[in-house]
Amino acid sequence: MFKFALGRLLQAVPVLLVVITMTFMLVHSAPGGPFSADKAVPAEVLEALEAQYNLNQPLWQQYFSYLGDVVQGDMGPSFKYPGRSVNELILSGLGTTAELGLYAMLVAIFIGIIAGVTASMRPNTIQDYVPMTAAMIGICMPSFLLGPLLVLVFGIHLEWLPVSGWDQIPGDKVLPAITLGTGYAAYIARLSRGGMLEVLSQDYIRTARAKGLSEFLIIGKHALRGGLIPVVAFLGPAFAGLLGGSFVVETIFQIPGLGRFYVQAAFNRDYTMILGTTVFFATLIILFNLLSDMLAIWINPKLRQQVRGNA
Amino acid sequence: MIPNDTHIQSDKGTSLWEDAWIKLRKNRLALIGLSLLIFLCIMSLLTPWIAPYGYEEQDLLMGATPPSAQHWLGTDIFGRDMLTRIMWGGRVSLMVGFIATAVALAIGVIYGAVAGYVGGRVDAAMMRLVDILYALPFMIFIILLMVVFGRNLLLLFFAIGAVEWLTMARIVRGQVMSLRKQEFVEAAHSLGLSQWIIIRRHIIPNTLGPVIVYTTLTIPSVMLLEAFLSFLGLGIQPPQSSWGLLINYGVETMEEYPWLLIFPGIALSLTLFALNFLGDGLRDALDPRTSKD
Repeated sequence: MFKFALGRLLQAVPVLLVVITMTFMLVHSAPGGPFSADKAVPAEVLEALEAQYNLNQPLWQQYFSYLGDVVQGDMGPSFKYPGRSVNELILSGLGTTAELGLYAMLVAIFIGIIAGVTASMRPNTIQDYVPMTAAMIGICMPSFLLGPLLVLVFGIHLEWLPVSGWDQIPGDKVLPAITLGTGYAAYIARLSRGGMLEVLSQDYIRTARAKGLSEFLIIGKHALRGGLIPVVAFLGPAFAGLLGGSFVVETIFQIPGLGRFYVQAAFNRDYTMILGTTVFFATLIILFNLLSDMLAIWINPKLRQQVRGNA
Repeated sequence: MIPNDTHIQSDKGTSLWEDAWIKLRKNRLALIGLSLLIFLCIMSLLTPWIAPYGYEEQDLLMGATPPSAQHWLGTDIFGRDMLTRIMWGGRVSLMVGFIATAVALAIGVIYGAVAGYVGGRVDAAMMRLVDILYALPFMIFIILLMVVFGRNLLLLFFAIGAVEWLTMARIVRGQVMSLRKQEFVEAAHSLGLSQWIIIRRHIIPNTLGPVIVYTTLTIPSVMLLEAFLSFLGLGIQPPQSSWGLLINYGVETMEEYPWLLIFPGIALSLTLFALNFLGDGLRDALDPRTSKD
């Protein structure tokens, strides 16, 4: 297991290097410098600014000095928020986004698994169709539509919940978490239904039934562990996708998280910020994928043997 | 993934495609999806002639009105007919969906086929690249492309197509790899058929099933991506319009004029619904393993 994790971490190094290089090249090939938007800056000031941000060096030199900084965990200063470093900005947004993502994932896992398992217990009956149709709606309803609709109904018409903000009024975290979590709940429902259906037709489930175990024990103790393997495999990419989802949800609900920072940085052409967040996101995604693979191995004895065999 | 040996058993005279069509016809949801899609495509093609009002036609004095006999889906704050706007927006949304998917399809199929057919070190290197690209944060990458190179439609096609081809390449490669080792391909080789004929007669038809299924499922995800970008203001730019952009406008005024949000939302969701159901139906129909019980 340890060897496996180490191998995967080593593989991540070239991937990250590609990410950094591609992003760096893209950002630097953009027409117009980061300060060109400011009106009529005197030449000396521009020069001083460029010197401050090392923009007057040749590109390869900038690239290597940036690479050196990133390896040491320093993403450089922000272009648009003078005096603040990209590290600070990322850190300040990260907590919020992580909290939002965690709640959304809890919503998704809880609702998704219950719906999927319920559906799998009586396939092709009403108990299957209702949750699965709901799941299909959840998949087809993009978060930027679901969010505003929820705000419209629960925030504006019923006035049950706050329409925006984060950590200001009690209850203002409910709608963002549901908005972000719904799509994932729908996927998890479909995956857990499929996984459970496959497991429930296995011999060892028949054995458990023959022993006279209750349905609750059969599902809870024997079937779930195997049936949820597809869900676990989905969680890593899901967390990665959650970051993308947080762009929309944080914009809709005006949550000061990473996603909103990124979208703003994109609009403001805050290049160091874009560069820093991209590298940061890529690292996170790789880590999440690794974690979910390790979780899948831990859950699935067949895979465990394979890894041992290979290592 | 279709196990390939099942393709051969056509002793009763029904080909895979006939079987698939028979199965698909039984799947009511998929058929509804297919009809809805055909309807939407025809509407989009005919929009310039059948749209009830002109695209730029404004009536500032009237402003936003709820649905009425003159304006079935109401009007927006500039007094523009929403049905007309949604029809024009749908043209762009569908066009992005189809063209960007076509780009992804072309790159993915060629790349995957070459990797799978050539095999060996070339294959290993090509797939390693795919692995690396998989690890990239797509969404961020597309946003980055749009920011750096400005927001135009052509780039949008390219950017979305460029990230959506990866899975396609993997699917095609897997198919081609397993086909290459099949007896009937070896038989064709020993008959002295040329490479090109083998590829055209045996390889391509047998990879078509999974490719079609994945294509139908890529279109909705591409449309969603476009809508997402347009919603953030990074995709389609006015005066052009798309469903994502209309939803974006709708959100701004949803308290006073909720129909400006709801109707484009329904249009987008219904289309995604139709495509997903059709894709699921096709998957069931084209996969010989799932015999309907």
